[in-house]
Amino acid sequence: MSDEAPGDGDWGDQGYSSWYARVTGVGSSIGQAIVIPLLAVFTALLIGAFIIAVTDVDTLPLWGSDPGEAFRLTFSGIFDAFKALFVGSLGSPRAISETLFAATPLIFAGLAVAIGFQAGLFNIGVNGQMLIGGMAGLWVGFSIDVPMIFHIPLALIAAIIGGGLWGAIAGFLKAKTGAHEVITTIMLNFIALFLVDYLLQSSLFQQAGRNDPISQPANASAQFPTLIGSYRLNIGFLIALAAVGFAWWLMYRSTIGFEFRAVGFNPSGGRYAGMNVAWVYVTVMAVSGALAGIGGANQILGLEPYRGISNFAGTIGFDAIALALLGRSNPIGVLLAGLLFGALRAGGREMQGAAGIPIDLVLVLQALIIVMIAAPELVRAIYRIRTPEQESGTTLPSGGWGG
Amino acid sequence: MTAEATSGDAVVKTRATPAERRATAVGVVLVLLGVFVFWVFGLGTESGVNSTFNLSLPGERFEGLAWAVNSRWLAFIVAALLAFLGGLVLRKSHMKWTNLALAIGLALFALAFLTWAASGKSFNLVGMLRSTVILSVPVTLGALTGLMCERVAVINIAIEGQLLTAAFVGTIVGSAAGTWVGLIAAMLTGALLGAVLAVLAIKFRIDQIIAGVVINIFALGLTSFLARRVLSEAQDLNSPGRFTSFKIPILGDVPIIGPMFFDHNLFVYVTFLLVIFLHFALFFTRWGLRSRSVGEHPEAADTVGINVYRTRYRNVILGGFIAGFGGAFLTLAQVSRFEENLTAGIGFIGLAAMIFGRWMPLGVLGAGLVFGFARALQQKLGILGTPIPSEFLSMTPYIVTIIVVAGVVGRARPPAADGKPYIKD
Amino acid sequence: MELEMRGITKQFPGVLANDDVNLTVAQGETIALLGENGAGKTTLMNILTGLYTPTSGQVLIDDKPLVMDSPRDSIDAGIGMVHQHFMLVPVFTVAENVVLGDEPTEALGWLDKKKAREEVLEISRRYGLEVDPDAIVEDLPVGIQQRVEIIKVLVRHADFVIFDEPTSVLTPTEVEGFFEIVNGLKADGKGIVFISHKLGEALEIADRIVIMRRGKTVAEVLPADVDEPKLAELMVGRPVDLVVDKDTAEPEDVVLSVEDLTVLDDRNRTAVNDLSFQVRAGEIVGIAGVQGNGQTELVESITGLRPSLGGFVKLNGEDVTMKSPRAIHKLEVAHVPEDRQKSGLVLPFTVAENIVLDSYYEAPISRGIQMNWDAANDQATRLVEEYDVRTPGIDVLVSNLSGGNQQKVIVAREFDRDVKLVIASQPTRGIDVGSIEYIHSRIVEERDEGAAVLIVSSELDEIRALSDRIIVMYEGKIAGEFDATASTTDIGMAMLGSGGEAEAS
Repeated sequence: MSDEAPGDGDWGDQGYSSWYARVTGVGSSIGQAIVIPLLAVFTALLIGAFIIAVTDVDTLPLWGSDPGEAFRLTFSGIFDAFKALFVGSLGSPRAISETLFAATPLIFAGLAVAIGFQAGLFNIGVNGQMLIGGMAGLWVGFSIDVPMIFHIPLALIAAIIGGGLWGAIAGFLKAKTGAHEVITTIMLNFIALFLVDYLLQSSLFQQAGRNDPISQPANASAQFPTLIGSYRLNIGFLIALAAVGFAWWLMYRSTIGFEFRAVGFNPSGGRYAGMNVAWVYVTVMAVSGALAGIGGANQILGLEPYRGISNFAGTIGFDAIALALLGRSNPIGVLLAGLLFGALRAGGREMQGAAGIPIDLVLVLQALIIVMIAAPELVRAIYRIRTPEQESGTTLPSGGWGG
Repeated sequence: MTAEATSGDAVVKTRATPAERRATAVGVVLVLLGVFVFWVFGLGTESGVNSTFNLSLPGERFEGLAWAVNSRWLAFIVAALLAFLGGLVLRKSHMKWTNLALAIGLALFALAFLTWAASGKSFNLVGMLRSTVILSVPVTLGALTGLMCERVAVINIAIEGQLLTAAFVGTIVGSAAGTWVGLIAAMLTGALLGAVLAVLAIKFRIDQIIAGVVINIFALGLTSFLARRVLSEAQDLNSPGRFTSFKIPILGDVPIIGPMFFDHNLFVYVTFLLVIFLHFALFFTRWGLRSRSVGEHPEAADTVGINVYRTRYRNVILGGFIAGFGGAFLTLAQVSRFEENLTAGIGFIGLAAMIFGRWMPLGVLGAGLVFGFARALQQKLGILGTPIPSEFLSMTPYIVTIIVVAGVVGRARPPAADGKPYIKD
Repeated sequence: MELEMRGITKQFPGVLANDDVNLTVAQGETIALLGENGAGKTTLMNILTGLYTPTSGQVLIDDKPLVMDSPRDSIDAGIGMVHQHFMLVPVFTVAENVVLGDEPTEALGWLDKKKAREEVLEISRRYGLEVDPDAIVEDLPVGIQQRVEIIKVLVRHADFVIFDEPTSVLTPTEVEGFFEIVNGLKADGKGIVFISHKLGEALEIADRIVIMRRGKTVAEVLPADVDEPKLAELMVGRPVDLVVDKDTAEPEDVVLSVEDLTVLDDRNRTAVNDLSFQVRAGEIVGIAGVQGNGQTELVESITGLRPSLGGFVKLNGEDVTMKSPRAIHKLEVAHVPEDRQKSGLVLPFTVAENIVLDSYYEAPISRGIQMNWDAANDQATRLVEEYDVRTPGIDVLVSNLSGGNQQKVIVAREFDRDVKLVIASQPTRGIDVGSIEYIHSRIVEERDEGAAVLIVSSELDEIRALSDRIIVMYEGKIAGEFDATASTTDIGMAMLGSGGEAEAS
């Protein structure tokens, strides 16, 4: 070791065991994996409180005339909001069920984005892939009538194929033409949106007797059965857990995942090692899209009224990016992040209902969390944390238009 | 495609060069387009039916100018031209012209398509061309923003967010204090978000694409949140005035070209001027040389004393001003109120236009016009009442974007240091 | 005028790059700064040119301390550097590159392109550096690009010129021409610092030689007092064997046969032009030539990483011209790539993951699509030991290893199997002497075990030390073929394109 010339590479301080490294992803230390995300969430909540305060249109004029009253009103407004947030997410068994229920589609979507990240691809197209996959699952849902034990798997397979194909389009374009997937997937999102609107008003899908874009319902045998009594939590959550396990196995225990990660970190190195980089791009986007597709099916078959409606994927695709970053592209991390965001959503709904705060605030919170996760330096700067000696290997792709 | 060449004793097969393969692909595409036009547009229309293209707008000097053409025959002629072009390209005698042939072929196809859509009806072609220019403005402005940033090697995915937020601010301030103040506020907003991107990308070295996506999410969330919490209560904050269009004397009266280019609002004129200005600035001034050097080889720029960080901050913020201008256009000229997710992907189409335009202002203008045409097509075809469902028409700009990005990227070279943070001691 | 660096110390996180370094240069004097890769020479020069600020210490001219916060200050002080990796913007013209940062302008910042051209031509004529001001830099050969770098420095009225590894891109004849330029600058009263790891050149050109090792200046000698082996010993800290120990070759059957190969580069220009040669089992063939004459594309084509336009590549008689890299790899071909960080390794992967980079898809490292990490780790542990890779563990990111050890990881991976053909491209670029010795001996070992070996290197010394036969490439063609005893002059002529022999058959 002492023969090494300085400056050619430094040893740094490794400080982790090989087992931990393999579970949580290359090169992460406990500090990076947990402390920073926690601080990021905390800071985001603080800023969220501030935003609530300054946009309280009714109270704002009071600051001039009666600051004491204004402060009291503002403070109680914030308190009510956060109380609702907590109650709605964790305050009762029903709340917990709602949290897990809300977390389910987020987990699917987050896994989709995370797998893309690990292979160096930005899959912003999760929304579109959910839409197409969901419609495919819905179609199987109302077109055939077989016992549930066959029906649901068939619907899921259809969703996998639908979402997988939609994702593969972007992967194919990238592989063959170098077209950057950020642009193509976003465009495909819009195309999927319009396509679904069209289908929902076509005779194939549309509910007979209605003129608006809404489909016929899936048959009872395709609807996800609930798990506990009257709560909304259904097998979708269990499927999500299985997906997490599958994703973890795929990325860290299979040769396919090995190729994904190699190409993600260094396409030249991958090519030299004999990997077919083009094939990897297509496959990654297909797997990513397939996971998103299942999430889409969950949004129809796992939710009343078990029908397709316009833009049923909502903003889940964007949330998924936050999840993947928060979870450092690691399936377990995505699961944890998904639970957190599920809590935010369930609580956010309560916050909107009980305290009148529009749920879009949650979007803002998510954006803030992403910023701080993507820039650990930012969090460190705010809280004056020491930098670890060794910059961990990042599981995020680097920028550039490729081509 | 192989050609054989003899070399000494052995016969050596020469495999096709990339240029030859591209020529083959383009040639085949042109021929197929020709067949399509013949079949669908030619045989698909009844004979003896005319498409009438109105070439002037009501109230103009040359009112009533029109061109009626037999729908079928035009289709046949275009089909023949396309096949001819395809054949030329396939012969590969002048491969430099492949791209030009493709452009001409696509233009011909568009003409045939319009003729088919307008068969038996009349269609205001000038109106559509005028819409093309108007609808190209936000795309071009977005592309110019992206160009300013990428020329100093900062990828700006946040254009969409900049446009959206600027539009929002422009509406509110414009309603409260008048359109000009609203415009300035919008530009400042765009610049502010540009500064945020710059700080995230340059100081904190966050992956630039992620930083951009984050700003977009933030912008969407914040504007939607505020629109619902504030605007829904205070409706009077969502009705700013509008910048009206004014005609340039003499030039504006020229048939076809006049209404197309010289009868617009402030934003359109400024956009054209901005393109020309940036072209000269970027390629003929010291500022332009230094900026480009920072984007191509920041280390080289650093060693001759150019402040790489400052240059990047400055140009990204300037780009932000342009985005702010674009956002103002959306709510202070095009429509006169703000709606959730008003931009609907225009920022990303702008990015595609930037790539299509090869990171050059004049190229970006051309690309913007192409996308403007796609958007105008979507609107006018809806009015025409073609058998194509409206949802598919709505997809047009997005499909065109994909085709452009797939066909052009890889052949265009972005600034060499694009996307890479510059790390100094 | 005298330039002095006094007590310069530079600390990076985890690395002390410069440790109390002292250096003086007088006008009209040439000093050579020698040291291994990583000794701290480039860091020191970066401090001198204002790119880095020293942790402590000063830079002085005539005993007056300089304020050096940025490259601007250094330029203003009359210090100029010709970098090893050129600081030229490839898409700009020569004139644009030369005036960048000090542009002649008219009103409002409008560039005065005519004046820029004149400035270039003036320096060009004065110092004999022929160049076309309107040429685009990336189209120029590397030797001419270097002239542009030099003109850049001279235009700014530098009193002291630093050359960082200037001869690595030059043919032997061009090196002579370069020395003439250096002497011309010296005669003009400039002080020259010449950084290199080439001992012979230092002895030839320098008035004084300063040797750095591990961040410190360890010796200062006069050329008359030392010879190459002594310099090498001072550089490394122990006696170094400069000659590779090998027996004469006993070549057998032809393993690799390249026939009329034509390959395009990334810009669709012809890089390899109707090239033919052969490599036999048990011999080392070295391809010499300045980089940029098609060697990279040749190797990529042979290993399946780049499609060829015409001609054939045959392995033991089998046509592998259009085969994939993996297929060729399976035919028992080992490839040590020219850019280890870009192609040879995945830097954010661990040592173990990199070691199985070529074997992960088959037994015993995997069963079907399930990876067997136990087997992978066993293999990695074994190879790290066998190939003397200095690393704290196999789960360490390979980016933490030094260049030499990174290269050993690649060599370990490639040489571990039975191989019939070894292709090594720039195998010892940028690594420490100890690793160089090790890798050279391993390559000879492979040859002795019956493999055919093809080496590509721009270091002529390495080619001459290792090869049994030498082929010179120039502009995509074979410009000369020599055996191991050929003189540097002959080879050097061939590297310029003259003195070509008939193509090997």
